[in-house]
Amino acid sequence: MSELLKVSSNPHIRSKVTTSSIMTAVVIALLPAAGFGIYNFGPRALAVMAVTIASTVLTELLFGWLWKKKITITDMSAVVTGLLLALNLPVGIPLWIAALGGVFAILVVKMLFGGLGQNFMNPALAARCFLLISFPSQMTNFVCDAYTGATPLAALKAGESVNVMNMIVGKTAGTIGETSVIALLIGACFLILIGVIDLRIPGTYIVTVILFAGFFGGHGFDPAYLSAQLAGGGLILGAFFMATDYVTRPITIKGQYVYGVVLGLLTGIFRIFGPGAEGVSYAIILGNLLVPLIEKFTMPVAFGRKAGAKHEK
Amino acid sequence: MNKAGERLYNGIIKENPTFVLMLGMCPTLAVTTSAMNGLGMGLTTAVVLTMSNLIISLLRKVIPNRVRIPAFIVIIASFVTAVQLLLQAYLPSLNDALGVYIPLIVVNCIILGRAESYAYSNPPIPSLFDGLGMGLGFSLALTCIGAVREILAAGSVFGFRIMPDSYVTINIFGLAPGAFFVLAALTALQNYVKNKRKLAGKDYEKIQSGCGHDCLHCGESGCSERFYDNTDTSEDAVMDAARAAAKPKAATDDLETIDLDKEDK
Repeated sequence: MSELLKVSSNPHIRSKVTTSSIMTAVVIALLPAAGFGIYNFGPRALAVMAVTIASTVLTELLFGWLWKKKITITDMSAVVTGLLLALNLPVGIPLWIAALGGVFAILVVKMLFGGLGQNFMNPALAARCFLLISFPSQMTNFVCDAYTGATPLAALKAGESVNVMNMIVGKTAGTIGETSVIALLIGACFLILIGVIDLRIPGTYIVTVILFAGFFGGHGFDPAYLSAQLAGGGLILGAFFMATDYVTRPITIKGQYVYGVVLGLLTGIFRIFGPGAEGVSYAIILGNLLVPLIEKFTMPVAFGRKAGAKHEK
Repeated sequence: MNKAGERLYNGIIKENPTFVLMLGMCPTLAVTTSAMNGLGMGLTTAVVLTMSNLIISLLRKVIPNRVRIPAFIVIIASFVTAVQLLLQAYLPSLNDALGVYIPLIVVNCIILGRAESYAYSNPPIPSLFDGLGMGLGFSLALTCIGAVREILAAGSVFGFRIMPDSYVTINIFGLAPGAFFVLAALTALQNYVKNKRKLAGKDYEKIQSGCGHDCLHCGESGCSERFYDNTDTSEDAVMDAARAAAKPKAATDDLETIDLDKEDK
């Protein structure tokens, strides 16, 4: 056989994109928000990030060793989980709670279900909800050196006025990574430009939240109120970085629009009719659970088949 | 082998209703917020289970095959009512803590399951010990789950504080999700221990108690006695064969029922 002829089995079209390259891109995209968090809340924010990342990576490493599985930490997904978890925690959180969250995210939500690609929920968000239920006082204590007041969304729910400009820049109380809309959008633009995420899920998600807040928020389509709803809480962080998680979003294109609308409705219901001011975390993990159902009903029709025709058995 | 002891061992370890058979999940997850509640629920169920097994076994030749389930339910419900009245009289605080789960013992699948699969086709004394073993196994499991949840969620066991004052309670273990976590962790732990001992040569093979060797009409999947071979001369097999020979009635009844149904159509 001549040297020019290379015989191989399919697939023949290959891409240089790997899990670790995508995950590294996500980490880079999160850096502006993380950097702003450190600038805004002081060096303790850096300590929280270091602890969560160390705990997620070490948990995955130890799991691989103890259960004699393939060591998967080089795919960077544990780093992304750790960083996202830190961005979802208040700066004053005791460090052992942050570490516990990391262990829960990797061990219970990801590795016990079979590792990356098998997790049924976003690990970072599941860990945040676990911590929120387990340690409600520590998790909702946003008082730190820089800020003493309530989060903008809580103030908004209480009927106070908020400074939208401060919210967009990020000079407000909140979790480490959720405050600065500008820093998050810089990262999101980077991800969209290099093609890691697209606007389907974030776009439908955010538009649905705005419409829902406009219709049911009690303020009509008041621009100040709507922009505060948009910039407050974890909506931007959740819509661009967590709802678009490859593992837990629907794989069908139609399904992604449905998913965005479902997330928007859930977030609106939790924020406006629920007891708390925030709703993004619970909305996304509930949405994650609906993904198999959404995929089932939005499966594209194969070429040559009739729409709605049943599969032959 | 000692029959009574074998039944107790089977109920508590080999076929533990919670950790092996995965039956009665509703009370398991709902009432185990503390060790005391778990123990109370377990013992209440154990009393009902033991008594109903005994009575059903005594009446097994009287109860017609076709109406056996309603008959079981009536017997079980009578005992549950009696037990609930006793709890209201003597342990009102436990009665309040367990709430609706006491009347729900009537439809607890462990009790109905043991009646159907063991008591209805076995003599009274082994049935009594089968109920006692299963009940104790259930109590043990519920107490373990309750104790772990109480330690994590409140830092105490049976109401006595055992953790240092600096311990920060983890609220989720007092709520429903925590029950799932603890149940899964304890089930994994007992599987780990059993697997290790199995490797060391200990027998944990799940032999269906009350097996009538009528595999054709048995809904049980994963039974190790399927395609049972009579040439097996191990102690258990001989005992099971003797049990089967002593009680072929249920099997033939089943056959007749099915034939009649077909004729009706």
